[in-house]
Amino acid sequence: MTATAFKSYRPPIIEADGDGEVLEVAMGPHHPSTHGVFRMDVALDGERVIRLKPVFGYLHRNHEKIAEKGSYLASMPYTDRLDYFCSLTNNWAYALAVEKLAGLEVPERAEYIRVITAELTRIQNHASAIGFLMQEMGASGTPLMYAFREREKILDLFEELTGSRMMCNYMRFGGCRSELPTGWLEKVKVIVAGFPAFIDEIEALLTSNEILMARAQGVGVLTPELAVNAGITGPMLRAAGVNYDIRKVDHYGIYDRFTFRVPLGDHGDIYDRYMIRVLEMRESIGILEQAIRDIPAGPIMDPKSKIRGFRPKVGEAYGRIEAPKGELGFYLISDGTSNPYRYRVRPPSLINLTVLEDMCLGQNVADVVLIFGSVDIVLGEVDR
Amino acid sequence: MGSGIGAAMAVKPDLKIELGKQGVFVTTISDLYNWGRKNSVWPMQFGLACCAIEMIATTMARYDLARFGAEVFRPSPRQADLMIISGTVTKKMAPQVVRLYNQMAEPKYVIAMGACAISGGPFKQGYNVLKGIDRYIPVDVHIPGCPPRPEALIHAFMTLQAKIDEQPLTGSERPRHLDAEAQGEFPIPVQGAHDLEPPVNRLVWPLPAPAVIGTDAENCG
Repeated sequence: MTATAFKSYRPPIIEADGDGEVLEVAMGPHHPSTHGVFRMDVALDGERVIRLKPVFGYLHRNHEKIAEKGSYLASMPYTDRLDYFCSLTNNWAYALAVEKLAGLEVPERAEYIRVITAELTRIQNHASAIGFLMQEMGASGTPLMYAFREREKILDLFEELTGSRMMCNYMRFGGCRSELPTGWLEKVKVIVAGFPAFIDEIEALLTSNEILMARAQGVGVLTPELAVNAGITGPMLRAAGVNYDIRKVDHYGIYDRFTFRVPLGDHGDIYDRYMIRVLEMRESIGILEQAIRDIPAGPIMDPKSKIRGFRPKVGEAYGRIEAPKGELGFYLISDGTSNPYRYRVRPPSLINLTVLEDMCLGQNVADVVLIFGSVDIVLGEVDR
Repeated sequence: MGSGIGAAMAVKPDLKIELGKQGVFVTTISDLYNWGRKNSVWPMQFGLACCAIEMIATTMARYDLARFGAEVFRPSPRQADLMIISGTVTKKMAPQVVRLYNQMAEPKYVIAMGACAISGGPFKQGYNVLKGIDRYIPVDVHIPGCPPRPEALIHAFMTLQAKIDEQPLTGSERPRHLDAEAQGEFPIPVQGAHDLEPPVNRLVWPLPAPAVIGTDAENCG
């Protein structure tokens, strides 16, 4: 391979105009807009951002090392605390990696249950992401109130299914922990039937809102080339116009059985990222309706799977899913013992943050808050 | 009702009701002062990890913390008098937490929300996780759970209100801001070669009692 095959990437350098002093501001680690413990060291020329350095590590909780010390099952509850909005999709990604490692088959009914819980998770994540983005835009209250009102309905379902509102520790290697509670699917059906009205309501409030359009259109643009080169995934990548959805390209689980579209953006700006999330929620509703219609009866656990003395054979595996924020992957190396030799998370939030400086350069400092909000990160996943 | 000197001087309840019927309202300065304080606690807009989402949910439509006069989460420590430590405090973040606590105006209170804030929780074995924020700042109410439900935060809030209501304005139990000798600011730990220095603040995390050596019969008395 020649040396030119790897083209090193450097962010464009923006020079100060020379008519003022460069002011360096630390936004965070405690800042009302960072919704978490994250620091951005911003260099400003007047209001214009000329440099931005993200500082990570304020929530570094040793997740990967703790997982290497414990058994395979013991790190399942830790995955709940990675992206604490989406504990069920995190469960799924980890279970997928272990199933690949141990060669387990997931029964059909369990696959349907996984799709239903994952799409419910996606809806509540996107609704909250939109609510927080609008909060940061200064719409303090209403959109977030609406989003959390719907989120609570989904959390009620999760609570009934798993016993917990947020830390839903439900999936197991080779299936799911327990059968669905009686009447649970009917409740899902009723709540899913109410979602289109909620999304219409959010759209009526926001989509052609003058302030949103003025502040979000053409701001924080991410080009498709940069997005692909930086490994961006999820709604951010699709807002930049790149057609890549792991549900479509990897067909993990049973996603090839459902009819749904992958919405794409044109400009890669904040507004497109907002729109993509709205459209993805609509597609998720379609997937949920199909899954509830088609779910078969049957076992929910692979009989080969066992809880105690679980020792996969020597090998390595990478399991990945389309989490609400992008590609969530778990890379595991087994040395034949009861705990993983190496356990590594590929978190979408961290990778999506790597282009933060590129999106912010040349923008106003007030836009940094919005651009950061539109990435939709969770710090538990960034620092781990 | 208050306690201490305020309670001793309080008017008898029957007499109070009778006077109220005549349009005369009698109370003590202590009761009035504590009544005002307990119904206008302003929390700081400050979240660390997972628990912060449940804290936000507490302020949203279903749970509505506004019922307690705690509607506005203040983005600045100067305007807040309650710090809800919601989430894992890492050793990298602990100095900032103590600094923000120092910047809050007296009288101020702390709720440690969730297992991580109390003890390090599930991440306790991590080298970078602080084993409880009460090693550096005084905590008024601890909420167990991972994460605690919004109802648990509301319960902690009511517990704090009861605590404020009970607080005498004079005597040895008086609040810190009324005690000229009391220390309002706590030392901010710094990153040392191996750990935070000092590892704990002895003012709020006293040394454990020395172990008693002797037979069980002697110890049990």
